[in-house]
Amino acid sequence: MFRFVHWLVLVALLIGAGIGVAVYKNQVLGYPLQPDMVEPTWIVQARIQITPDTGPVKVSLSLPVATPGMGQLRENFISRGYGLSTQHTNREREAVWAVRRASQPQSLYYQGVFYRDPVRTDFAPVPDFPPIPSLPEPYNTAMLAIVEDVRRQSADIESFTSELLARINSASPSEEMSLFVNSPDYRGQRVRIARTLLAGARIPTETVNGFPLSDVTRARPEQRLAVHTQQRWLFFDPASGQVGLPENFLVWWVGQRPPIDVEGATLVDLSWSIRRNELAALDLAEQRAVSQGAWHAPFSLLNLPVQAQSVYAVLLLVPIGAFIMALMRNVIGLPSFGTFMPVLIALAFRETGLLAGLLLFAFVVSIGLILRFYLAKLHLLLVPRLTAVLIIVVLLMVVLSLFSHRLGWEVGLSVGLFPMVILAMIIERMSIVWEERGPSDALMESAGSALIASLAFLAMTNPLVQHLSFVFPELMLVALGLTIMLGRYYGYRINELIRFRTLARKPA
Amino acid sequence: MIGFYRRLSANGVMGLNARNSRYIMPQNPRRFYRLVDNKVLCKERLLAHHVAAPVLLGEVSSQYDAGHLHKTLSGFTEFVIKPAAGSGGDGILVVTGRRDEYWLGGGGKLLSLGDIQYHVAGILAGMYSLGGQTDSAMIEALVHTDPLLREIAPEGVPDIRIIIYRGIPVMAMTRLPTRRSGGKANLHQGAIGAGINMLTGQTLSAVMNSSVVTVHPDTGTSVVGFQLPDWDNLLAIAARCYQAIPLGYMGVDLVIDKDHGPLVLEMNARPGLAIQIANSEGLAHRLAAIDRIEDPEQMTTEERLDCCQRLAEAGWSNQAS
Repeated sequence: MFRFVHWLVLVALLIGAGIGVAVYKNQVLGYPLQPDMVEPTWIVQARIQITPDTGPVKVSLSLPVATPGMGQLRENFISRGYGLSTQHTNREREAVWAVRRASQPQSLYYQGVFYRDPVRTDFAPVPDFPPIPSLPEPYNTAMLAIVEDVRRQSADIESFTSELLARINSASPSEEMSLFVNSPDYRGQRVRIARTLLAGARIPTETVNGFPLSDVTRARPEQRLAVHTQQRWLFFDPASGQVGLPENFLVWWVGQRPPIDVEGATLVDLSWSIRRNELAALDLAEQRAVSQGAWHAPFSLLNLPVQAQSVYAVLLLVPIGAFIMALMRNVIGLPSFGTFMPVLIALAFRETGLLAGLLLFAFVVSIGLILRFYLAKLHLLLVPRLTAVLIIVVLLMVVLSLFSHRLGWEVGLSVGLFPMVILAMIIERMSIVWEERGPSDALMESAGSALIASLAFLAMTNPLVQHLSFVFPELMLVALGLTIMLGRYYGYRINELIRFRTLARKPA
Repeated sequence: MIGFYRRLSANGVMGLNARNSRYIMPQNPRRFYRLVDNKVLCKERLLAHHVAAPVLLGEVSSQYDAGHLHKTLSGFTEFVIKPAAGSGGDGILVVTGRRDEYWLGGGGKLLSLGDIQYHVAGILAGMYSLGGQTDSAMIEALVHTDPLLREIAPEGVPDIRIIIYRGIPVMAMTRLPTRRSGGKANLHQGAIGAGINMLTGQTLSAVMNSSVVTVHPDTGTSVVGFQLPDWDNLLAIAARCYQAIPLGYMGVDLVIDKDHGPLVLEMNARPGLAIQIANSEGLAHRLAAIDRIEDPEQMTTEERLDCCQRLAEAGWSNQAS
């Protein structure tokens, strides 16, 4: 009983740990589950054109900080001759370009690369309650009346805001609302009206300026209204009253004021261009990990030199083949030569392809077997005979490669990748089985080996299996767990159901 | 498929996975393996416990000995050469007589000294041994099968396999060579396996290549209902083997020699499962019946045989203990 519990816990731990790490890597770190998956990224460029006056020039530009659902991969500043500093306050970031003397018109650039990151939800810290704005009459009375009225028709902050926006956008606004909508101070600034009125209800708000990301050469910033519900930030489209940010919306700066401040020069133009890019999801995940300085970044196999990577890509497939082997032997009951021989053959098949591999395998083994029977007549001792068989196998491989090259059948060249020692052992083993137990047993065992090798090959060359084993090497723990699980399968093998079929009568 | 699986399980049929995990792993301590895997050691051990086995005529353990094989063989006209650590009956050379320079091999083939030396060299190099390690060749006296058995086994050496579980005989069968099996008592190669009634020693049912047969294919005589001679003695010898080598789950292979009576040919720490087909009954229920007995390991040989008889009479159900 103790052993059983021990086993169960171990299997559960191994499988749980393997799947857990893989799910974490996929969900949080964005490692893709499928090969060849691409993720969109956006390169957003802000271009500032200025004509300097005579004195020193200082240009500050708000930079994107945090957008729910978006992450930043990297950024560049291009500004010839300017000193650059970036300042980070708790929810704003600013780039400040400065130069003592500038003469010609100049362009300054900021470039950021952004990607979708559904895990990121932070936007800004919890704000304080705003004070009730003190407005001149009649605005103050109007504000109080509107707040009172809207509060009556809403249940919570979300519905309050929706109702308020609906009233601001109404084609026939109430008398109080017309006062705001038509006032010269507020005209056309829905967000500002909403913020004033929400402040009247002591609801914290923020103005959010950003861009819906799509391929545009001249993007116009859009305003959104952010409202804090005491639990989280809600975003409203001030024009439609819709809740939530549109998909792929990048917040550039917050606040009512413009994002740029120029001293000692005239701002000629500030423009944004957005370019969409496709990046392999795997590369994106790697770059993210590096840019965020994640703890696991140095442990990724993708950091290895490319040659080492391809070695490990193959190495990590061996457990898959071995697991299939164990399954075939202990659950199906297929006979095979040696324990792991079929896995090695399957590895060789990777280079030749399945059909060509099976043909080459059958060819080399059968010719080798014929020569082995001939050698048996010479009464050679075991070790020299094995060596002779090995040499014959190598010779056969060379001859086969030369012939196939001549015939333009390039697949034949890859026969050199067959594990020749294994082939020699198979020939020796097969000849003994052939002599002692007859050809049928020998052929059965070789057919079993070939079948297991083929199955292992099919599993190991599956693109999804290759991708998963390389990108999520922790899944080896799952393979280990399953193998340990298999180790306590004490039931019948499938071939035993056939073997003992006469004993399967109804119990008396 | 599931129903099939359940019926096998209900009938107590034991699979390889179950045999290895439930019986061999817990019951057979590793240290006794070499005593059964090496037939020379096994024979010594059996003789020390007064269990009769075919006489060991000589052992060849080096290439030098193989070179002087003619001296070793000079006194013998008939013998068997076996790998000491062979598996599955591979690598056995039977010599039945001498013609001048030559020996007479199985099937009347003439063998020169060189042929025999080559075979011995193969054995020494580990061609037939379990893990391919170097091995030694043993020369054993040829068994002359008791003519009583010729009725059901006209040629070759039939043997009797008895499974001993925790010292108590549980199931038995006799393996009868056929022309198809090339005179070998090997079920894989087409020998007949016939289950044996543990109480009476009569053959119950027989299979050949997994299909039920009632007559010997070479002679047409019935192989079912045949009374094995001196059955109680065979059981007693098998039970004594447990005294010699206390493997909890083992198979004892016996032959009946016309001059020397029952002899233990070899013991097996991983006996196969075909015995279930020959008896058309699963092993698991019988093994479970023994597991319900308290401490069968402490019994004397007489008590073990007694116990076997009581269990067999009770049809291997639990009232026995």
